[in-house]
Formats: sequence, structure tokens, C-alpha cells
Amino acid sequence: MVDASVNAMAGPRGSKPQRRFSSRNLMLYGTLIVVSLYYILPLWVMVMTSLKGMPEVRLGNIFGPPLEVTFQPWVKAWSEACTGLNCDGLSRGFWNSVQITVPSVILSIIVASVNGYALINWRFKGSEVFFTILIFGSFIPYQVMLYPMVVMLREMGIYGTLTGLVIVHTIFGMPILTLLFRNYFASIPEELFKAARVDGAGFWGIYFNIMLPMSLPIFVVALILQITGIWNDFLFGVVFISKADNYPMTVQLNNIVNSVQGVKEYNVNMAATMLTGLVPLIIYFISGKLFVRGIAAGAVKG
Amino acid sequence: MATSSRGARVFRNLNAKIAAIPMIFTAVVVFAGFSVWTVVYSFTNSKLLPKANFVGLDQYERLWSNSRWLISIQNLMIYGALALVFTIVIGFVLAVLMDQKIRFEDTFRTIMLYPFALSFIVTGLAWQWILNPQLGIQNVIREMGWTSFTFDPLNNPDLVLYGLLIAGLWQGTGFVMCIMLAGLRGIDEDIWKATRVDGIGTWKTYIVVIIPMMRPVFITTLVLVAAGIIKLYDLVIAQTSGGPGNASQVPAMYVYSYMFQAQNLAQGFAASTMMLLTVLIVLIPWAYLEFGGKKNG
Repeated sequence: MVDASVNAMAGPRGSKPQRRFSSRNLMLYGTLIVVSLYYILPLWVMVMTSLKGMPEVRLGNIFGPPLEVTFQPWVKAWSEACTGLNCDGLSRGFWNSVQITVPSVILSIIVASVNGYALINWRFKGSEVFFTILIFGSFIPYQVMLYPMVVMLREMGIYGTLTGLVIVHTIFGMPILTLLFRNYFASIPEELFKAARVDGAGFWGIYFNIMLPMSLPIFVVALILQITGIWNDFLFGVVFISKADNYPMTVQLNNIVNSVQGVKEYNVNMAATMLTGLVPLIIYFISGKLFVRGIAAGAVKG
Repeated sequence: MATSSRGARVFRNLNAKIAAIPMIFTAVVVFAGFSVWTVVYSFTNSKLLPKANFVGLDQYERLWSNSRWLISIQNLMIYGALALVFTIVIGFVLAVLMDQKIRFEDTFRTIMLYPFALSFIVTGLAWQWILNPQLGIQNVIREMGWTSFTFDPLNNPDLVLYGLLIAGLWQGTGFVMCIMLAGLRGIDEDIWKATRVDGIGTWKTYIVVIIPMMRPVFITTLVLVAAGIIKLYDLVIAQTSGGPGNASQVPAMYVYSYMFQAQNLAQGFAASTMMLLTVLIVLIPWAYLEFGGKKNG
């Protein structure tokens, strides 16, 4: 069985034994390694630059490792880098992002999981229509909906606040998450639901006692998707946060690095960039295959 | 009798309906309502505040005679076409390479996909630094002895889109590779056996048999990538801020600056309506193929 499949890949010319260093393998792995270098290069350059002092950065060897390792740029990026008048570093943006991400992730997952559950087990007249609008809506450029959203939040008195931004993230995260949960709940045998109904369980009873415990993996996938997505957001942060002090990390990072004043400290900039990328990177490396599953869910339509 | 049963129907599934209120609100009010609102107000002359003072197509005439908008559209078309073709071709080729029963598949996938976890801001800033003319790649190659070597796309209006493209492809190709790989893995092993029996070579099989079979995967990827390209914003903000000059402006930046900086709301609405129109041009044929086709088949 294994032999057959190996041959299928090698071509039709009978049972030639596969040598480990065949020219085909050399080409294959050679290409993959060269491609991998392109992907690794920016991360390497970022880390190396962030560990050099400015005199060494000015020597210009961006691919080379630091001759003298210093963590000063990281310290400076975290606690001293300036945006406008504030010079308390990127730590401010980090905590803002934490305050934005945590409630947004929780609220959006609760709402979307209940949506998915209602769509599968409690269909009502028009529920599929709303779902279809939701999915098509996810393709509408945000720019089309930004201003009315500002007006709505202003009317509610929460424009520019954290609460407003949490609602925005919940709304715009809804299509993909609802799709994710809906598809997952569809795979849970309906008999379970019916049995619980016969036993007299209601909407919330079944949700909390049956659906929730059975779908922990998909909750983890949704968690990964949302933490990285909301942490990486830039546009909503700029539009829906009115005070520069409350900007999320991505916005503050951009303001630090692309500020026109002062001498450019590339090592501090790269340390700041790494700091901002660290949260999604850690999530990515811990989650492994679950991350792949999360993004694949976006490609599989219901 | 009739009214009471109708009343009962409204209250059936009441909990589910209450629970679905956020979804119904998002679908009807935000996605449908807000979009219509923006389109309607794009026909007004709203400046600082939205006012229902209709002026017909004035905003669109102004839009299409604004050189900054024309550059934005042209940039989006060039970048979009290149990004679409390259992302899909590179994504597919990488997926094929990964599908050769290689060792360390997980390692390679981890390496190719990690940029997708990073934000466009981080991506843009990293590549801005690598492409820095004084200290980046250009300098490294000049130091190696090729003193006339020039590679400074971010400061050259003619090349700036390619500078963005390098970063965009770095961020997005791993994702497409993953989708394509899933598509390749979904193809029946028997197909491979059959082509082997018929004596068709591996590469020919990919082109003649596998690609046509993966048509739905390609179409889905196309739509996802295209929808992402139209939203292109953060990457440009971080990497070039739209410069040099106006050379790398994109429609999303035009919308933002008219809506939130120049306080010329209706002009921003008109521009965002054009973005919506672009998406519909991509989306409607796809929806037709996808859902119209199912009914026939």
C-alpha cells in the first residue's frame, strides 16, 4: 500500500527503488528550503535588529547576528518609546489591546455560538435568510458600514469608548464565527437534541448541558481565531477609539515607527514590532493544527 | 382561532428568537441597513454631518475627476491582479510540493503559515525595514561588491506596488497553500491510481486532471483573496503611508481620509459605494455559479 502510493507520486515507470538523495528529492527539498528562507527572513531580521545597538545597526549588515547582544531596545520599546507627548512605551498599547481583546473575544464567541445553535436546532421562519445575509455581509468592505456605525454608537453614547469597540468587534466577527459554530453543531447527532427535548429541556438547558460540553474543540478554534484577529485589528482601533491614550497596540506601534519626528531608532522599532507580533505568534505556535482548522473554516462555506 | 394560532406561532421558539436578536440585528440593521444608508447618503452633499440634501451624481463626478482616486483605483487594479495571480499560483505550487509525501511537512507548514498570524501592520513595518535603501537588502548587496545594485521599491513611484506585493505575498500565500493542500488531500486516491494505469505523468496529472477537479477550491480561494485585496489598507498604512507622494494610495485610504479627516462625508460615502460595487462585481458571478449551479445539478 505504501509502496504503491510512493510510486504513484514518482511517476509511472515501474518499481524503481526510491533513493533518499534522488535528483527529484533534491529539487523538492531544495525548493522548499529556499521558500522557507523567504518566509523566515523577516522574522530573523526583526529579531536580530532588535538585539543590536544603534551603532551596530548603522553598519548596515541587517542579516547578520548581533556582535554584541543588547536587550536595551526591547526595554525602551516596552516602557520608553514615545507617541506624541506620551513616553511610557508600548506597554500602554499592550494593556489597551488586552482590555479590548478579552471582552471582545468572550462576547463574540458567546453570541456566535448561540447563533449557530439556534440556526441548527431551533430554526424559525427566516433564520436561514438572516444567516445568508450575514455571510454575504462579511464580504462588504468595512468602509461602507463605518460611518453609520459611528453614528449609531454616538447615539448610544458609547462612541470612542472601549464598550463601543467591543460591540464593533462582536458584530464584524459574527459571520465567520457563526459559520464555524453552525457547521460544527450540524455534525452533532440530532438524536441527542431530540432526546433532551423529550426529557423537557429547553433552549438554554440544552445549550449549556449538551451543546457546550460537546463542542469544546470548536470553542478553542474560535478562541484562536478571535484572539489573533482582534489583536491584529488596526482599522477599528483607529476609527472607534477617540483618545490616543486608549489606542490598541497595533495603532500605537504604527504611530511610534512611522512618526516623522526624531531620529529613527530601527532597533527599538523592530523590538516594538516584535512585541506587537508576539501575542499572535505565541498563540500560533501553541495552537498548531487548531490554527489551521480555524482558518480553513473560513474557506468552507455552509 | 386563526389569530390565536398565529400568535402561538410567533411565540414558538421564543427563546431561540430572542437569542438570535444580535444576529438579526447585525444582518438586517448593520450589513443591509448601514450599507443602504451609505449608498443613499452618497447622493447628498453632506460635509461635516450627514444631511439629506440630495445632489444627484455630483459626488461621483467629483470622485472620478479626482486624481488621487484615479491613482487609488489604478493601484488597486494593478496590485489586485498581480496579488491574485501570484497568491494563487504560488499557493497551489507550494501545496503540490507539500503533497509529495515529504518529511517534516508540519515544520514546513508552520514556517509558511506563521506570517498569516501576524497583523498587516507588523508585516508592513518588517518589510519597510528590510527594503530600507540605506541599511536594508540594497545596502547588503552593495557591500558585497555590486556597488551599482539598486533595489529601492518603497521610494520609487513606479515600483512601490511591487514592494507592497512582496510583503502581501509573504503574509498571505501560506494561507492559500493550506486551503489548496486541503483541496488536494480531498481528491480520491483512486484518481491517482487510474492516471498511473493510464501512464499519465505526475505533473501532467496535476494540470489535466487535478486542477479541473479542484475548480470549487480555486473559486472559493479567488473570492476570499479578492475580497481581502479590496479591503487592503493596514499594509499600505504601515509600509508606505500611501507614498512616495500618492504613488501607493488605495481606495480604503481615500475613504478614510474623506470621512474622518477632510470632513467631506458624502465624498467618502461615494468612494465606499464604489468599493461596494467592486465587491458585488466579484461576488455576484460567484454566488450565481455556486448557488445557481447547485439547483441545476
